[in-house]
Amino acid sequence: MSEIAASTSKGHIEVKNFSLAYETIEGAVQAVTDTQIHVKPGEFVSIVGPSGCGKSTLLNAVAGFLKPTTGIVTVDGERVNGPSAERGMVFQQYSLFPWKTVRENVEFGLKMRGMPRSQRERAARTLLGLAGLEAFEKHYPEKLSGGMKQRVGIVRALATGPKVLLLDEPFGALDAQTRVIMQQILTNMWQRLKISVLFVTHDIDEAIFLSDRVYCMTARPGSIKAEIPIPLERPRQQSMMMSSEFLALRRGLMSLIREESLKAMGGEINDMGMQGLNIELHGHSLADVI
Amino acid sequence: MSSPALVRHPEDSMPATALAEAGPAPAAIAPPTTPPSFGTLALRWYRLNRAGLRAAAIGVVSLLAFLMVWHLLTTYRVVFFVRFTNVPSPLAVYASFSKAIHDPKFLMHIALSCRRIFIGFSLAAIVGVPLGLIMGRFKLVHEIIFPVAEVLRPIPAIAWVPMAIMLWPTNEQSIVFITFLGSFFPILVNTLHGMSLVDPVLVRAAQCLGARERSIFRDVYFPASLPHIFTGLTVGMGVAWVSLIAAEMISGQYGIGYFTWEAYSLVQYADIALGMIAIGVLGLGSSVLIRGAGKLVMPWRTT
Repeated sequence: MSEIAASTSKGHIEVKNFSLAYETIEGAVQAVTDTQIHVKPGEFVSIVGPSGCGKSTLLNAVAGFLKPTTGIVTVDGERVNGPSAERGMVFQQYSLFPWKTVRENVEFGLKMRGMPRSQRERAARTLLGLAGLEAFEKHYPEKLSGGMKQRVGIVRALATGPKVLLLDEPFGALDAQTRVIMQQILTNMWQRLKISVLFVTHDIDEAIFLSDRVYCMTARPGSIKAEIPIPLERPRQQSMMMSSEFLALRRGLMSLIREESLKAMGGEINDMGMQGLNIELHGHSLADVI
Repeated sequence: MSSPALVRHPEDSMPATALAEAGPAPAAIAPPTTPPSFGTLALRWYRLNRAGLRAAAIGVVSLLAFLMVWHLLTTYRVVFFVRFTNVPSPLAVYASFSKAIHDPKFLMHIALSCRRIFIGFSLAAIVGVPLGLIMGRFKLVHEIIFPVAEVLRPIPAIAWVPMAIMLWPTNEQSIVFITFLGSFFPILVNTLHGMSLVDPVLVRAAQCLGARERSIFRDVYFPASLPHIFTGLTVGMGVAWVSLIAAEMISGQYGIGYFTWEAYSLVQYADIALGMIAIGVLGLGSSVLIRGAGKLVMPWRTT
């Protein structure tokens, strides 16, 4: 696929001095504050954090759906002003067009670029073949399992040869076994296409297994709490998840996130009063008890 | 034959790799070495379609029972709160039907009603669907048109009859206008409803794939709204018939509604029932047509 191979050494994402606030009747609510992240060309970077920390907000800003309140988002030095085919996106809710067959879904981006029918049919078939979906090209998405739908979603996002691929908890709705296979498929495609990936997840194992680097976010208002390089060798095997190196990384990230989750929850729980939950703190902090 | 049992599903010939991933994979059935006998196939078909056959059988019995009750009530001229003294029996209606079917005047009544429905309903769809789509997409258009539509919508089409007669130079035009009004609002409202339910994630997905306003409208908003548009068309068709019959009874000279009313004035009781049944059959036929069109236009919908 020439149009895909062309994306080599492109896709440098930079987010600088980023903050984003929502207007509500009670005033502005800060979702993300004072955040800098970057993804080097061809790098696989994950963002993890407690739920509601604004990691999806950050990703949506990179995609161009949300405008930063302050700061700037650039890809290869160009400012992001709105959604574009240069930044492919995969959503948790699959988001396939139900009225298009699997192949028509994959062809959509190419059609938008004005590629002639026969050419885009061939391109879509090739891509579907890579994902083991050629037998389903004429099926409507409704007939597919969750894993297949998400494979189509990834293939569709990659079909136009974007510079970067953004994934918003793409495997969150899948069962554990399917998720592992999907992670392998995504890794394979990423290595083949040499594309930059920004991956949002709340699954720590997934983040470590897939990434070159992991950003850990704080509780709301979200900002970057830590940046953890993942020096694990590639290609990575499932068995690596038992290695001491992996487990050490996991322990480190786990404690970072737990701290933040407790901070996020702690506020609520203290406000409600511990008696209601039948938890006696006896002078310990909430983190010690849980 | 298109029964599910006899159709070979494409899954049967899927490579094993494609199925490796967890999912509701169909249990692999080893293909029989010899083709199954007719008896086996028939039995299998019966087993797969048992529910449908049962419904059809009960439906036939229930219709026959309805005819039987009608026959008995009219034969014995039962008077029990309602009076069946003058109600025509099924046989009398059948006799009048076999006479009418050769009567060019009766056929003309039917043809005229169908033409009015066709013109009125088509106009309503041609105006209502695009207007709903545009109102759903462009806030300003919605803000301008919606209040007017909300004020006019609760007025039943029949209440428009005097106004329609004043507005339009011919009777024919005013009847078509009434039919148009009857179907217009259900079509508009359902199209709008469909537009409001379009999943914003699909719009985002399209934008990420490089779709601009026009393609988003054509490839996302329109197909996403189609199921509701067809609901609107079905409801609109029903209301179109209601409005047409009422308008014909009041101001018509021809048409199946006028035929039914005239039968009453002329004391031809069997023709009243014949007119009613004809209206029912025509209404049913037109909604079947719309449902069929819906299936053609939305092949992705299995139900």
